[in-house]
Amino acid sequence: MNFDYNEEQQLLADSVRRFLSKDYGFEARRKIVASKDGWSPAVWSQLAEMGLTGLPFSPDYGGFGGGAVDLMGVMEAAGDAMLVEPYLATVGLGAQFVARAGSDSLKKAILPAVVEGKLKMAFAHTEKGARYNLSKVDAQAKKAGSGWEITGEKFVVLGAPAADMFVVSAKTDKGLSLFLIKKESAKVKAYVTLDEQRAGDVSFSKAQGELIGTEGGAMPVIEEVMDFATALICAEAVGAMKFACDTTLEYLKTRKQFGVTIGTFQALQHRMVDMYVSYEQAKSMACLAASKADGATDAKDRARAISAAKIKISDNARHISQEAIQLHGGMGMTEEMKVSHTFRRLTVIAQQFGDADHHLARFASL
Amino acid sequence: MDLSYSQEESAFRDEVRGWLKTNLPQNLRDKIANYEELGREDLMQWHKILAKKGWVAPSWPKEFGGTDWNVIQRYIFEEECGFAGTPPLIPFGLSMCGPVILRFGTPEQKKRFLPGIYNGDVFWCQGYSEPGSGSDLASLKTKAERGSDKSGDHYIVNGQKIWTTLGHFADWIFCLVRTDSSLSKRQEGISFLLIDMKTSGITVRPLILMDGGHEVNEVFFDNVKVPAENLIFEEGKGWTVAKYLLGHERMNTGRIGASKRELAKLTEFAARQTGDNGKPLIEDARFRDKLTRVEVELMALEITNLRFLDQMRRSGQPPGADVSMLKIKGTEIQQALTELSMQAVGPMAQPFKSVANDPDFDEFTAGLAPRYCNFRKTTIYAGSNEIQRNIISKMTLGL
Repeated sequence: MNFDYNEEQQLLADSVRRFLSKDYGFEARRKIVASKDGWSPAVWSQLAEMGLTGLPFSPDYGGFGGGAVDLMGVMEAAGDAMLVEPYLATVGLGAQFVARAGSDSLKKAILPAVVEGKLKMAFAHTEKGARYNLSKVDAQAKKAGSGWEITGEKFVVLGAPAADMFVVSAKTDKGLSLFLIKKESAKVKAYVTLDEQRAGDVSFSKAQGELIGTEGGAMPVIEEVMDFATALICAEAVGAMKFACDTTLEYLKTRKQFGVTIGTFQALQHRMVDMYVSYEQAKSMACLAASKADGATDAKDRARAISAAKIKISDNARHISQEAIQLHGGMGMTEEMKVSHTFRRLTVIAQQFGDADHHLARFASL
Repeated sequence: MDLSYSQEESAFRDEVRGWLKTNLPQNLRDKIANYEELGREDLMQWHKILAKKGWVAPSWPKEFGGTDWNVIQRYIFEEECGFAGTPPLIPFGLSMCGPVILRFGTPEQKKRFLPGIYNGDVFWCQGYSEPGSGSDLASLKTKAERGSDKSGDHYIVNGQKIWTTLGHFADWIFCLVRTDSSLSKRQEGISFLLIDMKTSGITVRPLILMDGGHEVNEVFFDNVKVPAENLIFEEGKGWTVAKYLLGHERMNTGRIGASKRELAKLTEFAARQTGDNGKPLIEDARFRDKLTRVEVELMALEITNLRFLDQMRRSGQPPGADVSMLKIKGTEIQQALTELSMQAVGPMAQPFKSVANDPDFDEFTAGLAPRYCNFRKTTIYAGSNEIQRNIISKMTLGL
């Protein structure tokens, strides 16, 4: 038993943190968010240069063969800085399908480009009315010559505007399947999300696609990748929670009212302690999620741990973000304060890939 | 990062589990399973079984009967005991007075008191709280005046202690007393004194709790003569001793094994209860979600506890103020489990006591509501959860 990052993981987390604190401060991020595309190609190349886009992929394709535990420190740093580049969409979702289910030739065609930072991806799955039900898909795929034609509409596709390629779920005669579709064959209605990332509704009309994995066999892969991505946002949430706690504590120690710092008030001290306890509990569950995403004995063992973690992360993300704003008073409400942006990211994370209610039901069903 | 137990740790767990399976007597198993009140004989029966095995005081030095287990092994042992449903080891001797004597006692005191504590021949209780000194312990008033006569140096003790857990079973009490009232700093002038409960002038009065149980007492001291040799450490340095002891008291407040056991039990009997719609209660989403949230809380507490132990093992440092969060979370979980257990049986939680000792009276369901009542104590005792928050606020957060 051991809860520490190994030396490599620690070094990587430190260097990401250093880079982000230097080049991705609150002001720098504000400019990136306000830019036309809402993400920075320069930052993206830096992430690739640091090896982050190759971290969880096999060395056969230029990657470093890491897992969710290796990504934890990176995601914590991303949560602290609130990285808006399509890292989760590409590395945590899109390319994971290719890496886990794709044929050798497909991997060769896709993964080295992802590793080098030349290819950005997105997972187009959720449809209108599906909420968090992963199996509800109406998009259709039909055989056309040697390939497939996909027709359907997908909503709130994270990273869609920046994606070069989409992994798309659609039904064939044999059931739910996954396809790789180029951006040229997709129509994207882009928008900014609450947490200042870019996403979009994506429609496909007889779009040409290449099958990933087995026809009709997509569900276990989708569950596996969603669990992996959930473990990543659990770690990201922990980084965001840490910032929210630290900055609130700092505020309590400096803000004065009635002639004293407000941190001298016991009513606020106990709320701050509860935030801190909430953070430690969330961190424990993020450790569990990452280690089970990598090393669960079977799909059920993995799913139970991930859902348990997401329940805690969702509950505590809401608790910490709400309290952080409350303890900041009016200032916390303003856009000028980073903590209000952290609030927005944590609000999204609490619901992303399933809210607490969804995971409570899933946990109980396993 | 690796959250799984090592092969050695798993083998140790198997050893403990196997031993508990054959050595936990059936009479004790049954009493624990039915939430019956345990008497002195029950508690000491288990104490002596563990003492004979050499497992009764794992954290003591080897020469006094300790085990040399590391912190993870100690945790595993406690978890397995909790999970198996053993009687609790009463902490006053083993985890409180014993460690204090080991740390501050003279060689004579060690020789005189430690064997009785270890073997379970002497039952100890704790004399800390007073009617006017609860969370604010340093305000205590029980007075000890030094004197001397032909029998030697002694203290004359006058005052009152309260919330004395199992004081009605106790042979000895360790007390914080005020030996000097003239000092402006309240923490000074307090001394740590060991007192034989059979000494004349001591009266024990039961305080019956709202569940009907007799656990705690008031203890009155009326000109009680205590030999000076029963003083631990220096006169006036009792606060130093008390602070050391509080660190020990807070080590196993998570009670994770016991909560796991209660959760499993609750899950099992909630499946046998019928919900309003005629289906098993466990399938009622409103009930099930509450249960799942407690289960997830318990998972988070367990991993947090292991993280702290892992830190302790590698740093060799005693636990910091963060163990207070284990007390906060552990007791909240224990309370939530008793509350859900009571809710699970619905109206059957109302019968409390049979009037004519009806043999059909369901003692198990009747025990659930009193248990809920009783467990309200957990967030109050051993430093209320508000005091724990004060500790984290001051020590960890620097507020």
